[in-house]
Amino acid sequence: MTSWTDHLIILPILLPLFVGAAMLLIDERYQQIKAFANLASIAIMGIIALLLMRAADLPTATGAAPIAVYRLGDWPAPFAIVLVADRLSALMLALTSLLAFASTIFATARWHRVGAHFHSLMQFLLMGLNGAFLTGDLFNLFVFFELLLAASYGLVLHGSGQARVRAGLQYIAINLTASVLFLIGVSLIYAVTGTLNMADLAIRITEVPAQDRALLEAGAAVLGVAFMVKAGMWPLCFWLPTTYAAAAAPVAAIFAIMSKVGIYILLRLSLLFFGAGSGASALFGSEWLIAAGIATILFGLIGALASQEISRLAGYAVLVSSGTVLAVAAASGKPAVTASALFYLVSSTLAIAAFFMLIELLERGRDPGADMLAVTREAYGEDMPDDPDAEEVGMVIPASMAILGWCFVGCAAVIAGLPPVSGFIAKFAMLTALLGEDTGSSISPLHWTLLALLMASGLTMLIAMTRAGIRTLWTPSERADPRVRLAEIVPIALLLLGCAAMTVQPQAAMTYMQGAANSLHAPAAYTDSVLAPVATRVKTGGGS
Amino acid sequence: MELIVSLAIAVLTGCGVWLLLRPRTFQVIIGLALLSYAVNLFIFSMGRLKVGAAAVLEKGQIVDPQAFADPLPQALVLTAIVISFATTALFLVVLLASRGLTGNDHVDGRDHE
Repeated sequence: MTSWTDHLIILPILLPLFVGAAMLLIDERYQQIKAFANLASIAIMGIIALLLMRAADLPTATGAAPIAVYRLGDWPAPFAIVLVADRLSALMLALTSLLAFASTIFATARWHRVGAHFHSLMQFLLMGLNGAFLTGDLFNLFVFFELLLAASYGLVLHGSGQARVRAGLQYIAINLTASVLFLIGVSLIYAVTGTLNMADLAIRITEVPAQDRALLEAGAAVLGVAFMVKAGMWPLCFWLPTTYAAAAAPVAAIFAIMSKVGIYILLRLSLLFFGAGSGASALFGSEWLIAAGIATILFGLIGALASQEISRLAGYAVLVSSGTVLAVAAASGKPAVTASALFYLVSSTLAIAAFFMLIELLERGRDPGADMLAVTREAYGEDMPDDPDAEEVGMVIPASMAILGWCFVGCAAVIAGLPPVSGFIAKFAMLTALLGEDTGSSISPLHWTLLALLMASGLTMLIAMTRAGIRTLWTPSERADPRVRLAEIVPIALLLLGCAAMTVQPQAAMTYMQGAANSLHAPAAYTDSVLAPVATRVKTGGGS
Repeated sequence: MELIVSLAIAVLTGCGVWLLLRPRTFQVIIGLALLSYAVNLFIFSMGRLKVGAAAVLEKGQIVDPQAFADPLPQALVLTAIVISFATTALFLVVLLASRGLTGNDHVDGRDHE
């Protein structure tokens, strides 16, 4: 049990902590060293995530997926802190490091110089994200959430400027309020059950006496609302498009995963605590999640059609994606539907992150008065490089507008779900899984609604994206082609390649998602591995 | 004691929510501070209220857990206090930056007078 691979789980938390802290000591003049350290650390995290994914996907003797549990200080589980890596958390780790890698490369072209400590903040954000995906108890979840939020406050303000400070002010106020709700929910759950370990909670919730059940459900609902704020559920999402539009492009790209953290926690906790087998509270709140998801999709679609700026359009695309995952995943008790929702989550997150970075390139060279960059330059005065064009000594790609146009088409196709790209496969999988759920010839009204909404959302996003594309790419203007550096187009291509890989190998991706969904829907394996007493653990795992 | 604690939580929460919904940034930050006090008290009361009870058991003795206070909420409150201090300080900095950039203390940066 003491082989070095067992310690892989804690590395995604420790590595960014140390790298981020060490980078604070390096002077701002050595940005290249910082950028290199940041990229190297993210690459190692990516490799660890892939190793964890592979380890979590190995079949065991019992047929259930192995769930890696790391006990800090080797205390038995319900009394101390545990980290848990199963298929879903390993997948989210891998997705996070891919996004972080792309957005850091993008930032090295220009953005990391417009403010202090970009690379350190990025590492701290990753520490919070990785911790939130790996943690096995509710209070550490709170700590990691605060960590990632604190880093995200810094990143939202990166580059300063009036628009960013205003959006940041509202973003911080809303998240602090959500954290208050988070604490209230956690303490209500603790008051009823006497534990904060997720696996222990899953067992104790089935044994809660009837008179305490109302308090428990109130606590879970308050906790759920806190995560819904973070996931951008309607009507708690009005901050999201403004904040994402104001943030610097690489920051907005990495923020594409931030709303998914809320979704991840909602999925995990609702299936762990209130899954089909959890007694009197089974499926508690799932109809609310479906309703909130549907409302969010509708709001996102209306917002996407109404948005004048292309960056706000991307913000509304985040909302549509969040709403779709939540409504579809909550609408069913079957793993097949959850698996397709996870596939959609990965594909849409990649495309939206690429889209955020692409927007910055497309908007460059347009009316500089309205440009965020101009605001930044104004606010920073002499701290900025004197003339951004003078910086453009890097390779200038010819016909940059054509390349950007093709990237735009790629993003639009994935976000709207046009065949044959991964967005289409995801939507098709969700539709078939929802249809396959109903036995016999009748389809429930709820599923009809969702089917119609999924189709309508594809069409609406296509209209909105086409309109934005025509306005941006086809409108004749005086301006020269935007000058694009290699470091800016490569990360976009990298993320789109991720989507392309999911398009070419949907079978492999889907099998993995299916496994992740299966283990989400069978929480017994999770609770057993976390709560296994030390004696039996040594006996069964002693061979390694 | 239960009545006093719950009244304190209620008054703090009420004032906090009221201030949070006000249009000026300073009122918002005071509102958030009051809300976090209320929540810290709330976490305490979730571990059952006791007066003069120690939180740590003595080694090697079998004791009645009824006589001791629950240590976990105290650890939680400690963490929550540290985090809320840090975020409030950060919020204060952003507030000052916003005041400097926009020239007024309205939450949306526009003067409505």
